[in-house]
Amino acid sequence: MSSKITPLEFNGCWDLSPALESTKHIKLKKQYELFINGKFVKPKSENYFASINPSNEEKLSMIAEASDNDVKDAVSSARGAYNKYWSKMPPKERGKYIFRIARLVQEKAKEFAVLETMDGGKPIRESRDIDVPLAAAHFFYYAGWADKLQYAFPNRNPMSIGVAGQIIPWNFPLMMAAWKIAPALATGNTVVLKPSETTSITALKLAELIQEADLPPGVVNIITGDGGTGENLVNHNDIDKIAFTGSTKVGKLIMKAIAGKNIKSTMELGGKAANIIFEDAPLDQAVEGIINGIFFNQGHVCCAGSRLFVQESVFEVVTRKLKDRIQSLILGNPLDKNTDIGAINSKEQLNTINNYLNIGKKEGAEIFQLDCNIPAKGFWCPPTLFTNVSQSHLIAKEEIFGPVLAIQTFRTIKEVISKANNTPYGLSAGVWTEKGSKIFNLTSKINAGVIWANTYNKFDPTSPFGGYKESGHGREGGLQGLLPYLNLQHVK
Amino acid sequence: MSNRINVSKTYKIFIGGKFLRTESGRYYKLEVKNKFIANICLSSKKDLRNAVVASRNAFDVWSRFSAYKRSQILYRIAEMMEGRKAQFIEEIILQGINPSTAKKEINTSIDRIIYYAGWADKINQVFGSINPIASSHFNFSLFEPMGVVGIVLPETPSILGLVSMLCPVILSGNTAVLISSESIPLSAVTFAEVLLNSDVPNGCVNILTGKKIELIPHLTKHMDVNAIFLNNDDKEFQKNIELDAASNLKRVILSSGIGWTGNVSENPYIVTNFMETKTTWHPIENISDSENMY
Repeated sequence: MSSKITPLEFNGCWDLSPALESTKHIKLKKQYELFINGKFVKPKSENYFASINPSNEEKLSMIAEASDNDVKDAVSSARGAYNKYWSKMPPKERGKYIFRIARLVQEKAKEFAVLETMDGGKPIRESRDIDVPLAAAHFFYYAGWADKLQYAFPNRNPMSIGVAGQIIPWNFPLMMAAWKIAPALATGNTVVLKPSETTSITALKLAELIQEADLPPGVVNIITGDGGTGENLVNHNDIDKIAFTGSTKVGKLIMKAIAGKNIKSTMELGGKAANIIFEDAPLDQAVEGIINGIFFNQGHVCCAGSRLFVQESVFEVVTRKLKDRIQSLILGNPLDKNTDIGAINSKEQLNTINNYLNIGKKEGAEIFQLDCNIPAKGFWCPPTLFTNVSQSHLIAKEEIFGPVLAIQTFRTIKEVISKANNTPYGLSAGVWTEKGSKIFNLTSKINAGVIWANTYNKFDPTSPFGGYKESGHGREGGLQGLLPYLNLQHVK
Repeated sequence: MSNRINVSKTYKIFIGGKFLRTESGRYYKLEVKNKFIANICLSSKKDLRNAVVASRNAFDVWSRFSAYKRSQILYRIAEMMEGRKAQFIEEIILQGINPSTAKKEINTSIDRIIYYAGWADKINQVFGSINPIASSHFNFSLFEPMGVVGIVLPETPSILGLVSMLCPVILSGNTAVLISSESIPLSAVTFAEVLLNSDVPNGCVNILTGKKIELIPHLTKHMDVNAIFLNNDDKEFQKNIELDAASNLKRVILSSGIGWTGNVSENPYIVTNFMETKTTWHPIENISDSENMY
């Protein structure tokens, strides 16, 4: 029977007229400085690096590179602001500042969304509907916590820690900045934030917004640069807390660097999430969820559902539906509102992904990709799925951080639980079935910090996010997201 | 009639619910004030690895027990200890501690077990949450055990140190590998006898004696240990443990500074330190689509 199934033929009727988001209202400076002590200052290194648009490789702006001395200035500015203003300010007032930031982000939402898409390559639909609204919501949520912290931790006095060094990745630049800054400020800490070198622009726009919000100088400092700048921040001896989102490899290096220093840390690291689909799942809904799970943001998502486990009885129908759905995805200009798949964030990341595609083929897995025109310039990878994959394949074990799905099958619940947990990671997972008791059987036995049942890749500021095992420690979001920024003092 | 000859106990290590001699065959002499007390096993790397395997296997059993059941088992441990109080006190005195301190230590230990027994079915009620997300989903966060926890016990107090560190770790469903006090090791071994009489599943708690300096690196570098719990103020010592723990991002929790008596030394935040937050999402069908749009 199955051999007679042929893929859907769209005959070009899927082509839509371009619906480009305008960039005319976007004001980009030729050069961005470091944001230290409430002012934009030139880097002591006097070096600048280019930030490019990964969808056309055009230079957007030049970004200051923070040297070790700039890092020192930023940390001492944060320390000064902590001592002088932020730790002394009544929590109610602190909260009002954060509410103000949330409102300003909402006001400038369109500008942020367009810049995020230009600088990072993600589809405007995602930056407009997910990244920016969630960033605003995050500030709004944590603003309200500032004067209510004593309700969060029974029988304890929550105390701020001091200066938080925060290092964020390039996949959700503004949203990650909000995830880091909002809880840190609400709990009374001051911040030195370092965005990724490929996506500094929205963080610097956020710095402009913070200036507008009239936040006391030095409460938030934003310094740009590459891994070297991050290393200087981690190794600075006047930091009380490190919050890092990025790879597990770098996470381990950071934990070694701060060993024995009594520095609190939050690590949001890599993942290789299992997305499990049972034969009794609502299949069309599940296919949509699988697509969203792995191709959302080009798969540049630490919680991406990159390992698909399909129950054997529905394997053929699910893979056929997946292939049909992939064929209908639109890859192209991220500023086009019809675009589903934007550009890969950088050339370096594209090389990493392509390397894994080669490994997958060499290991004997069968590749299927969206057949589409690839733009002449920029960095692109069509949505890809691999079948004939086994547990030992590298593409089923390692985080690729790209639009690449590895499909495996299973027969029993016990089998799929053991396969799903057979990984050093434990960030997230997905389960698809219409049977409630089966859902809770699975969700209680899978070792992961976030589990989506009959949905995937959903985020909310009230919902804690973070991993088990080598996916890191600490939670961001929700009441639980306050703890990594507090010391709990015993109530006498 | 001549004086009866005492029957002295062979102190063994405790792995997977069995009293074993170290596979290495090595031992050290425990002497107090130049008087020979017992030969104590010098556990090896292999013993430690066996203990981790036993712990991992027991995790699936112990963590699936209901909180009510774990609570009752912890309470049972306290009952068993109460019944053997005299033996514990005598043993502590034998190891060089004065009688009034020994008595106080045992009483506090038993009460501490009962304190934690009561937390097992309350942690998620107090610390779990239902999260009011903006989309049409039901979303909640629960605390779950981490897995295998390595516990490095203090030199003193031996038994109070043991129960203060062990109970908050296992009550949530974690299993544990303990490295006992080197200078006061007898109480840990006798505690294993209590465990064996308390319906604690085999492998849930494993107790090793020996040279800490030799065993700790094997524990902190082990790739199937999820967390390390230690009580030691030495900065260099902490640093080395944290360096090793980074190999698989073990959580390292320090209990120094909270003391062994008083109400700071027992609290539920020690329990949640060894738990992970799991957040679950499920859609809520929204037929009317009457969302509050603005």
